[in-house]
Amino acid sequence: MLLIKNGRVIDPASRTDAAMDVLLDGERISKVGANLAAENAEIFDAKGLVVAPGFIDLHCHLREPGQEISETIVTGTRAAARGGFTAVCTMPNTQPVNDSASVTRGIVERAAAGASVRVWPIGAASVGSKGEALAEIAAMKDAGIVAVSDDGKPIATARLMRQVMDYCRALDLPVIDHCEDASLFTGGVMREGPQSIKLGLKGIPAQSESICVGRDVEVATLTGARLHIAHMSTVGSLEYVRMAKKMGLRVSCEVTPHHFTLTDEDVQYDTHYKMNPPLASRADRDALIQGIADGSVDAIATDHAPHHPASKDVEFDRAPFGITGFETALALGLTELVHRGKISLARLVELFTTGPARVLGMERKIASGEPADLTIFSTEHEWTYRASESPSKSRNTPFDGRRFRGAPMATVVAGRVVYRREAAATAK
Amino acid sequence: MLQRLEHLLGIEPLTREQITFILDQAAPFQEFQRHPLKKLATLRGKTVALAFFEASTRTRISFATAAARLGADQMNLQAESSSLKKGESLIDTVRTLEAMRPDGIVMRHAASGAADFVAKRLEIPVLNAGDGTHEHPTQALLDALTIRDRAGKLDGLHVTILGDILHSRVARSNIHLLSKFGAHITLCGPPMWVPREFEGIAPNVRRVPRIEEALEGADAMIVLRVQTERIHEPALAAEEYILGYQLTPERLRLAKPEALVLHPGPMIRGLEIDPGVADGPQSCVLEQVTNGLAVRMALLYHLVGGAPTDAPHPAEASSAASSGASAAKGSSNAAD
Amino acid sequence: MRVVEKRQLLSSEEIGRTLQRLAHEIVEKSGGTKDLALIGVRRRGVPLSQRIAAIIKTAAGVNVPVGTLDITLYRDDLSTVAQQPVVHSNEIDFPVDDRDIVLIDDVLYTGRTVRAAMNGLFDLGRPRRIRLCVLVDRGHRELPVEATFVGRLVETSDTEIVEVRLREIDGEERVMLVDRVT
Repeated sequence: MLLIKNGRVIDPASRTDAAMDVLLDGERISKVGANLAAENAEIFDAKGLVVAPGFIDLHCHLREPGQEISETIVTGTRAAARGGFTAVCTMPNTQPVNDSASVTRGIVERAAAGASVRVWPIGAASVGSKGEALAEIAAMKDAGIVAVSDDGKPIATARLMRQVMDYCRALDLPVIDHCEDASLFTGGVMREGPQSIKLGLKGIPAQSESICVGRDVEVATLTGARLHIAHMSTVGSLEYVRMAKKMGLRVSCEVTPHHFTLTDEDVQYDTHYKMNPPLASRADRDALIQGIADGSVDAIATDHAPHHPASKDVEFDRAPFGITGFETALALGLTELVHRGKISLARLVELFTTGPARVLGMERKIASGEPADLTIFSTEHEWTYRASESPSKSRNTPFDGRRFRGAPMATVVAGRVVYRREAAATAK
Repeated sequence: MLQRLEHLLGIEPLTREQITFILDQAAPFQEFQRHPLKKLATLRGKTVALAFFEASTRTRISFATAAARLGADQMNLQAESSSLKKGESLIDTVRTLEAMRPDGIVMRHAASGAADFVAKRLEIPVLNAGDGTHEHPTQALLDALTIRDRAGKLDGLHVTILGDILHSRVARSNIHLLSKFGAHITLCGPPMWVPREFEGIAPNVRRVPRIEEALEGADAMIVLRVQTERIHEPALAAEEYILGYQLTPERLRLAKPEALVLHPGPMIRGLEIDPGVADGPQSCVLEQVTNGLAVRMALLYHLVGGAPTDAPHPAEASSAASSGASAAKGSSNAAD
Repeated sequence: MRVVEKRQLLSSEEIGRTLQRLAHEIVEKSGGTKDLALIGVRRRGVPLSQRIAAIIKTAAGVNVPVGTLDITLYRDDLSTVAQQPVVHSNEIDFPVDDRDIVLIDDVLYTGRTVRAAMNGLFDLGRPRRIRLCVLVDRGHRELPVEATFVGRLVETSDTEIVEVRLREIDGEERVMLVDRVT
């Protein structure tokens, strides 16, 4: 039994924001209330800290199977725990692609054997994510996938998207699309704009993403399925999502922390600023923050994309897209959004908990009987992020050395404390 | 007091004063090209590595000649025979070169930012001889020297750049340089190659869709070559290009009577430029070549010459030693 | 570097008289001015060479060509200075081949500047003869260099410096002996 005392419980599902204690028994929450006491319980003093439902990351890359040089399920989930995440959804662009039940089962078993947090695999929409034949989605669902995507690439054609959506509607699985128009994207390495012109780097216009979002929303009107836009980065895409929501479609979207923090002006040939979708314009960033504030954006997701150091230490054109993100996500949310007064703390918690849960068709709350997954964090703790201290195998982050105000302090998964920052106190 | 240049990666980071200094320092080297004996011992004992990862004849020969005339030795790396083809990464190629201890690297590479990449990782001066579509600073410097010599100034001149601006590092470097000197820059070329963002990268830049309007009243024109090695779609048929954008004698007459015609070379006569214009009295292409040599000698002299930065300034390197520039009033007899 | 003036070596009038004498010596000892040319070594050799040429014109009615030589690129100490000295152009608009050249500088000291000047001249052509004319010879030669025409011979120590000020460059006219203060 674990008793979390003196914390400020923020539970969006019940609209709670109060000083409360939470008692965990085994893998479940046993009781929530003021001034709880329990004999034989280990005490965790959460004084001055926020106690939230366990965070869910809708979008990450754990690189296993096949790319273990950059990350494994064990190392990635350790980093996720350090970032306050209790569950992560891992994308299928591994080697081999997770397009079959056997690969899905492999991931689930590896996770059961050594992961620090829950691993929920996302299955490929098409075989090999090649955009041709439908993958064995039903079999993968039985094996444990929570959604379907060809991430790394868009779902290739409107016709395939329609088939995938129809099929997934029957299975009640969300379809997640990495939205991009291949013909506008080709060869691009950063956002097309004044900065790409100045640097002499081939640009990707914003419309590459929004054209595809528009396509997907139209197909959603045809099929009525659940559509989730991955790593949305432009105002054009946001407008389509807003329109879809207004029309009553089941469309959702996520934004990454780097897209609400950085812009294309930050790109200067350092490959730690190269990712897909690329860093966008200031106008896009500001619009995304507005969307986060007004509820148009459903979730914050990291798109944690580790690449081992040698692969990123090349000319900008040749470097792979992607940055890591587990450990800085909450800190960026607090520093850039809450402390700057853009959103409330409760809203931030939603974006990491009930928002992603709703996309997956599940619930996330602090209530008796619920899974004992909690994220305990400080809104004030000042710290400097050092990539060299990360348990991830990769170091590709633009935030190395950045100072933050606010940090994850402890992560509880299925009743076990899987991460505790040294500053946090536990008294017996 | 001019800050010692560590590298020459581009024009954009330079101040007007630094650029003026380089142009002024090129003048003695222009004069030098007229000496019967064109060999100095100034950089004797120094080695300049010429790392040309992208094919180039003119620029490479120009730098090689500049280094040779200053008395330096050279290490030559050429794309065709380069281990880069065998998959060696840029960083390893360059570290290999560095291990042979050159005193400076002149580098041309197909990736924008490659010179910056190398400069961040090596302890020796890097001279960018062209990186992707980003910058070609020595070209802009020699263009500016040519214009300044013929027109007497740069400030307030109307300079038109014609052609594929989007894929041209020459265009970008020239835009940065001319803009810093208060020139008015007009860009003209096939619209998909002259995006509006160029109007924002430096002050006093405008785009004009038609060549006639672009040339009206111009003091100088820089004609860019039609690039085939940087593949970009959609390709434009040659006849279309000639129809819309070739610099013909008739179009040239729209500019000022003494207007200068510059071309970074190599020219495709009959495509972007009419042969008569290329060889005519307003064409500066041969001076550009001579000036290129002078500019590159001046840059090698200042960047590769001398001791590491903790050695004394010439004014302090006085007393028993030899000739020196006098810092104080009157000759201190470091000079003799 | 701080210096203190020890004594004046030449006043403004003395500089003028010395240049008069040097100009006449040059004409006398040149066996004719037909191929004669004066080349001033930057920096202060330049006004000196121009003045000597003017005196020769007045006295002998002869226009002796004058040129300017910058020796920066020929210095032998360039590999030891961190910030490369600024280079200037030569201004020699006559051919150097077969000329009877008189190099003119303000002070002769170790001889290295003259060595560099000769290298510079040889890059331009092959003079018939080169002789050296200096306002002050202060000794301490490190190379086998001698001046044919000397304004004033002065004994100096290693720490001392001969400072020449000319109106064209410094706004005043005098030659002083100064000493370094440590």
